[in-house]
Amino acid sequence: MGYPHPIHPGETPVLSKHFGEAEARTFAGWRERGGYEGLRKALAMAPEAVIEEIKASGLRGRGGAGFPTGLKWSFMPKGDGKPHYLVCNADESEPGTFKDREIMRWTPHALIEGCALAAYAIGAERCYIYIRGEFTEPWTVMSRAVAEAYAEGALGDNVFGTGRKIHVTLHRGAGAYICGEETALMNSIEGRRGNPRIKPPFPAVAGLFGMPTTINNVETLAATPHIITHGAAWYKSLCLGNPKSTGTKLISVCGHVLRPGNYELTMGTPMRTLIYDMCGGMLPGRTLKAVIPGGSSVPIMTAEEADRCLLDYEGVVEQGSMLGSAGMIVMDDSTDMVYQIWRLARFYAHESCAQCTQCREGTAWTTRILERILAGKGKEEDFQLLLDLSEQMTGKTICVLSDSCAAPIVSGIQKFRGEFDAYMNGARQPALAGA
Amino acid sequence: MKAAPGTHEAGATAAEPPVFVGETLAALERRFAEYPTKQALLLPALWMVQEQRGWISEQSIGEVAEVLGLTPAYVKGVVTFYTMYHTHPVGRHFIQVCTTSPCGLCGAEDTMKALLEHTGCGELGATSPDGRFTVIEVECLGACGFATPVMVGNDFIESVTPEKVPALLERYR
Repeated sequence: MGYPHPIHPGETPVLSKHFGEAEARTFAGWRERGGYEGLRKALAMAPEAVIEEIKASGLRGRGGAGFPTGLKWSFMPKGDGKPHYLVCNADESEPGTFKDREIMRWTPHALIEGCALAAYAIGAERCYIYIRGEFTEPWTVMSRAVAEAYAEGALGDNVFGTGRKIHVTLHRGAGAYICGEETALMNSIEGRRGNPRIKPPFPAVAGLFGMPTTINNVETLAATPHIITHGAAWYKSLCLGNPKSTGTKLISVCGHVLRPGNYELTMGTPMRTLIYDMCGGMLPGRTLKAVIPGGSSVPIMTAEEADRCLLDYEGVVEQGSMLGSAGMIVMDDSTDMVYQIWRLARFYAHESCAQCTQCREGTAWTTRILERILAGKGKEEDFQLLLDLSEQMTGKTICVLSDSCAAPIVSGIQKFRGEFDAYMNGARQPALAGA
Repeated sequence: MKAAPGTHEAGATAAEPPVFVGETLAALERRFAEYPTKQALLLPALWMVQEQRGWISEQSIGEVAEVLGLTPAYVKGVVTFYTMYHTHPVGRHFIQVCTTSPCGLCGAEDTMKALLEHTGCGELGATSPDGRFTVIEVECLGACGFATPVMVGNDFIESVTPEKVPALLERYR
């Protein structure tokens, strides 16, 4: 991690190696640290060869879905004569996740280099980096770095003298969680409300401005120059036994641990090692109760599941959840699970774009039912109602926002039923008034 | 929402001078080359208005619509979708405190209460009687490992606790 704590010996710092070093933010400083070698090497290769190398590395999307990056790039049409676009999703707003922010704050050139490399591979002359409006410091750092990259010839009409045109435009969001959804983000760049679009057509066919578009997360793009510089085999070797999950992953840890922060791990590292060794364990005198491992949109894990969990895409699925964006929310035995689940539901109700009925009504309705339970006025039939609503909110809408609201509700009722019962039968004092 | 007298309120009624003239208009027009449509400049143009005026009035909506070839109704639909655009005047220092689950686990609600008390705002969304502050709750600021993050205008402050609130506000008085 390197910031705010020194790098732990158990980490594998690739992306986070230079976090906390002010000089790494400058073009010259980045060059001294091996920067822009990957882009130079890529520009000397055929675009198809770059895509093949990324495919061979096993790199998967770091934004949440885990889709193979090289495969996504290969979906872009060839020789179609249309403008192609690359979009970088820097709208990081999944509760629990704060890794892209650190990449942009400390190593802005890593992202610019990754964008230029990807743009070359997919035949795009322009890349838009969509940065959430609240990220004022990353915006300032990125703006300075983009200007420097233009001045140094890493961007522009003739990148490093190769005759290639690659332009990067920073685009500022304005406060909307849903714009982290790729098609909502594209609408937002186009100057529209951030409503997700129905797929198909997928972005590679008709994306931004109706043109073939690839959209990748900050961490995904920042990893690509390392892969081209050191080779797919090197990247693939960074895994602890599961060949489907390769490379390193920045895990954001927050909540009730002694040292929250970003930890860069080789895929497959046990969650126990991360919590008890790297993060210094739980707060004094406390024990682990639950973990939401992949940003708030994934099912909640119990302490027992967390103890068994290996941190890679498949390992987390085996324990009933998802790696998602790897924003790990750690909760100790002082946590009121019903209250936390209500707070999450309220988040999704606030952030619903209100396009689909199941989401607009479902997120608000489940929030109100949870409020009622917390006020000590829950009814036995509320359990079934919450589960029925969650069922209607899953897999039936344009995007997965309502699924994300349902995931903690369903897993919460399944795994922490006793806490709900305590509010129902009066064993626990109401946490909220009214409702 | 109570707007404090003597802050931006006069601007809400009297005709404002236009935003998109001179250098501001030129800055917007320079960016046209970066996008295939003028409409794509909508969010950037709205940011330019808010940076100059502190909020986005009906008159500004009309001006943005005209400069980008859109209708005022369309622009208003977009403005109201995004939570960071103010459609009414706010205090000189707009304070956003994250209370989403990860920060909530670490005491964000107490930090929020301390902010309401020490600014004199009293309630969320209200402007303090001296017109200096408006405090709102915001969903996830993307700095969960540095609970509780607070934004004051464009300043992003990490690890704010109730005890740190008085000293933090002193910097903006």
